[in-house]
Amino acid sequence: MTSVQESRTLHAPMKVEFDYTRSLGPVLSQFMTGLRRRQVTGGVLSDGTVVVPPPEYDPTTHRAISEIVAVGDEGVVRTWSWVAEPVMDQPLDKPFAFALIQLDGADAPLLHAVDVDSPADMETGMRVRVRWAEETVGAITDIACFEPLPSSTDAGSELPNEPGSDAEAVTGIVSPVRLAYDYAASPEESKFFRGLAEGRILGQRCPSCHKVYVPPRGACPVDGVPTTDEVELPDKGTVTTYCIVNVPFLGQKITPPYVSAYVLLDGADIAFLHLILDTEADEVRMGMRVEAVWKPRDEWGTTIENISHFRPTGEPDADYETYKQHL
Amino acid sequence: MPKTLAAVMGVGQTHHRAKREDVSIAGLMREAIDRALEDAQLTFDDIDAVVVGKAPDLFEGVMMPELYLAESLGAVGKPLLRVHTAGSVGGSTAIVAASLVEAGLHERVLTVAFEKQSESNAMWALSIPVPFIMPVHAGAGGYFAPHVRSYIRRSGAPTHIGAMVAAKDRQNALKNPYAHLRNDKTTVDTVLASQMLWDPIRFDETCPSSDGACALVIGSEAAVEASAITNPAWIHGTVMRSEPTTAAERDQVNPQAGREAAAKLWKQTGITNPYDEIDCAEIYVPFSWFEPMWLENLGFVPEGEGWQATERGATALDGDLPVNMSGGVLSSNPIGASGMLRFAEAALQVMGEAGEHQVAGAKKALGHAYGGGSQFFSMWVVGSEKPS
Repeated sequence: MTSVQESRTLHAPMKVEFDYTRSLGPVLSQFMTGLRRRQVTGGVLSDGTVVVPPPEYDPTTHRAISEIVAVGDEGVVRTWSWVAEPVMDQPLDKPFAFALIQLDGADAPLLHAVDVDSPADMETGMRVRVRWAEETVGAITDIACFEPLPSSTDAGSELPNEPGSDAEAVTGIVSPVRLAYDYAASPEESKFFRGLAEGRILGQRCPSCHKVYVPPRGACPVDGVPTTDEVELPDKGTVTTYCIVNVPFLGQKITPPYVSAYVLLDGADIAFLHLILDTEADEVRMGMRVEAVWKPRDEWGTTIENISHFRPTGEPDADYETYKQHL
Repeated sequence: MPKTLAAVMGVGQTHHRAKREDVSIAGLMREAIDRALEDAQLTFDDIDAVVVGKAPDLFEGVMMPELYLAESLGAVGKPLLRVHTAGSVGGSTAIVAASLVEAGLHERVLTVAFEKQSESNAMWALSIPVPFIMPVHAGAGGYFAPHVRSYIRRSGAPTHIGAMVAAKDRQNALKNPYAHLRNDKTTVDTVLASQMLWDPIRFDETCPSSDGACALVIGSEAAVEASAITNPAWIHGTVMRSEPTTAAERDQVNPQAGREAAAKLWKQTGITNPYDEIDCAEIYVPFSWFEPMWLENLGFVPEGEGWQATERGATALDGDLPVNMSGGVLSSNPIGASGMLRFAEAALQVMGEAGEHQVAGAKKALGHAYGGGSQFFSMWVVGSEKPS
């Protein structure tokens, strides 16, 4: 985690990624199965036109598309644009053209990449053909890209007569999604996190309702006014309510079982979630008095994780009346 | 008051399952839509507008799926809107569709909500670690479990109440051919014996992860009169409310937005005693304890007494106020569709089309949904008669 001292906001990289598993349904299953055997197919619409990839439902009759036909693996560029700086996961890792390509036998164009060295090599009306991936698996990436055809072959490709058949249909695809963010904390939160880097817990008070928010919010969610008055809070408080997390899940950072508790710091009017340790999970109680256990100072950053966890203070439990309005 | 009366003319839903690998997202939605259109005895040509709802896009990893779905939903050349209010979205979506009719803008609106949870992992999607913050979050169960503990403390409810709700809803699901979970062995004792996931919430007290969709055709009074439908579900009142997720001393057991939405709904529909006047209620209960919590929040019983209604069997299919006749969210949870399924079940009850889970003679029913950190609420009352 890095911070620019001049900046009002703390920044940190944040990545969200998942391999989604898509079921294709009967129509797209045929299209993907065709690609695996290096054959492009389209759907026949109610007006007789052929569209690639096949739509699942007819836009006019709204019925499921039932007729799938093979089209050529050569076609005509209808329009194009130049990609000077390819980004990750695009079909080619060198500059290329995105083009709308009308395959022979199809009535609507397909969007794909054309591998040429410069925009000077691209022209509307030029003929191109599929360059298949070395190994085809039943995914759109089986079409690696398109490549220009020599002008002598302008006569048109020979159309296959009918779609082939496969012993086993492709019924699903994996669709990896990766999102990389520059996460920015709000200016008020940033002050809070920077305070933690000095071992201080800084909240803010609403000038209207006088409630103390920690972490500070910038604006009171009830009154809608800026919370400008800074309040330093102790690192001691009361467990209002909690749960014991026994369930493991993808992306989990703490090994279960653990106690995820709302800790109401003394002097604060809102509890925040933290971890309770140094006691058995089934010993944790509503009203239990707890204090912060800080990590060694040389491990501190601008994060709430400077507080490793909270532990019981050994004081008598807080009276229910003192925290019941937080349940 | 609405300009025009509106009614549910047709209801459709999928068979909800953990994985519907036989269909695409569009195919899943079409199953529900085609059934709703058939039920309404209408075709796509009769539809003036389409309103779509689903929960966060991260659940399927498709940004704004309504854009690519337009053709499959028969929306080409028609207004197509997408609604999002987290878990309550199915309810909000139905309300937006109803309001287009009530405002006199359209005669017949198709509304559909879906989730295909098997395409990803909702627990992961709801627990993405955020920089600087303590990574103690653990999905929806981890969010709601502390508030369930608060409810138990505040109300003094005995700990078996949650298990009673779960056992009841799972038994009701056996009467619903569309329900996901179908286990005829579920009893209070088996629920109590199931693994504690987010203490105090046990495995059998949580909703499943489902693929599914729900669709409704909502028509104006004139559209109903021009149709062959003789048993529409008339929409008597609709309310949506929201509040901040966190605020100092915010009541997460009995949220203000839910209380105020319910009070407005009862006022709108001329209901002075909902416990007596509502014949059955389909309430968004993803974790069993939310049944008694929402009974109180909705004003069916005084605060702190929801668990007593559950314990005395009032919410059973043959009780004073049957709740979650379909088996509820606890038996089927395609998240984005779950709210609409509640609204749809209320409609089916007053249409007399709820099959084996029909409450005899149901004339007025509540459909309810909530979402986010209990910060979005949507609800409607439907009736077998036109509102007076």
